[in-house]
Amino acid sequence: METLIQWGGGVWGGIGLAVLQIAAFLLVLLLGIAFLLWMDRKVLAAVMMRKGPNVVGPFGLLQSFADFLKFVLKEIVIPAGANKTVFLLAPILSTTLALVTWAVIPVAPGWVISDLNVGILYIFAISSLGVYGIIMGGWASNSKYPFLGGLRSAAQMVSYEVSIGFVIVTVLLLVGSMNLTDIVNAQAGGFWNWHAFLLTPEKLPLFPVMFAMFVIFFVSALAETNRPPFDLPEAESELVAGYQVEYSSTPFLLLFLGEQVAITLMCALATILFFGGWHAPFPVPIAADLPAWLTSLGSFAIFVVKVVFFFFIFALVRALVPRYRYDQLMRLGWKIFLPTSLVAVIVVSAYVVFLQPGMEA
Amino acid sequence: MQDIESLVLNYLPIVIFLVIAVAISVGFLLMSTLLAPNNPDSEKLSAYECGFEAFDDARMKFDVRFYLVAILFIIFDLEVAFLFPWIFRFLKGTSSLSGR
Repeated sequence: METLIQWGGGVWGGIGLAVLQIAAFLLVLLLGIAFLLWMDRKVLAAVMMRKGPNVVGPFGLLQSFADFLKFVLKEIVIPAGANKTVFLLAPILSTTLALVTWAVIPVAPGWVISDLNVGILYIFAISSLGVYGIIMGGWASNSKYPFLGGLRSAAQMVSYEVSIGFVIVTVLLLVGSMNLTDIVNAQAGGFWNWHAFLLTPEKLPLFPVMFAMFVIFFVSALAETNRPPFDLPEAESELVAGYQVEYSSTPFLLLFLGEQVAITLMCALATILFFGGWHAPFPVPIAADLPAWLTSLGSFAIFVVKVVFFFFIFALVRALVPRYRYDQLMRLGWKIFLPTSLVAVIVVSAYVVFLQPGMEA
Repeated sequence: MQDIESLVLNYLPIVIFLVIAVAISVGFLLMSTLLAPNNPDSEKLSAYECGFEAFDDARMKFDVRFYLVAILFIIFDLEVAFLFPWIFRFLKGTSSLSGR
């Protein structure tokens, strides 16, 4: 922000540049999500040996944009019994909150809207609010399926949020900073420094713990974003579509978009916390005379590849795994993930105190 | 100790981001209010219940276990919130605190 104010020649010029920067960021993000959605459908189709969307544009690449137009041109139906304000507020809230979380995600060295020193805390706080959009949507519809879907969804998101919190604590214990750029830079050098695969000799004892933490984070991310196999809130065979039954047109689009943005955010978080962010898996020799923007662009490409990889796994899981039962879901969250991550917090802190090399008491 | 100016400069982009995000979502809503047809009838506006008339009020009693889950969540989420500052107090004794 300081540099923007310098370039803009004053506070208002800086704010103008910041608006442009954020608009560009959101444009890239939303366009990227449009293509990720297409990929999601293509992967699902390929697993089912269908063709998937292939009519609009080459290979159906423009399918998401056609869908968008279709959503915009549909009538907004607000049920007569619904609380109209809350009913319309819910989709706005869920999309806004999902988007705002991206403000602190560093996509390449220095490429971040706001490099907060408490970035991870900010993400934890804002993504906790995401459940409000769903509760409000389910309650305001004044209809049975949305009500049940909203309840289920709230209980589920809340349960898995706790284990995500403890997993984040283990990562922070290793890094010693809540700044996301610091978290990424702590994993520089090669894939043996990534928190998911700590294979250096001195950190080897942590490898099983942190790998388990990575798995817990990934599964909790699936549950947190109501993705299959944890899509009980919108289990179509019992609840039709859960909290979004009564939604149509752009309010539905906004709920859906909020969910997709949250999924992509979880992919980005998994990349940053466990997969080394923008760092390449092997040390790459970089010529000193390369311009800085070019190396940044390369780092950005690596980051995007990793996010797309995680999104691909999300899509594969959706196609391959059958849906959980609700009591199994609760048992997994509270009786397996929560104790495991609690124990992991203790193990990692014991490692940091007793085994970490270069310790000065 | 961080001075107030850099604090404001850190959070200003987030406020701008929030404004733009709200503008985008409200813009989507406005787009279909302006472009889409709007001719409601009472059947269209009734709550969806697989084709039946709604039997009774949708805001019914629900299982108390949802409430218990919420209470448990508060306890453990507070615990996580307390652990965040603990990490940095804890790491102060070791060498692994990376600045900031």
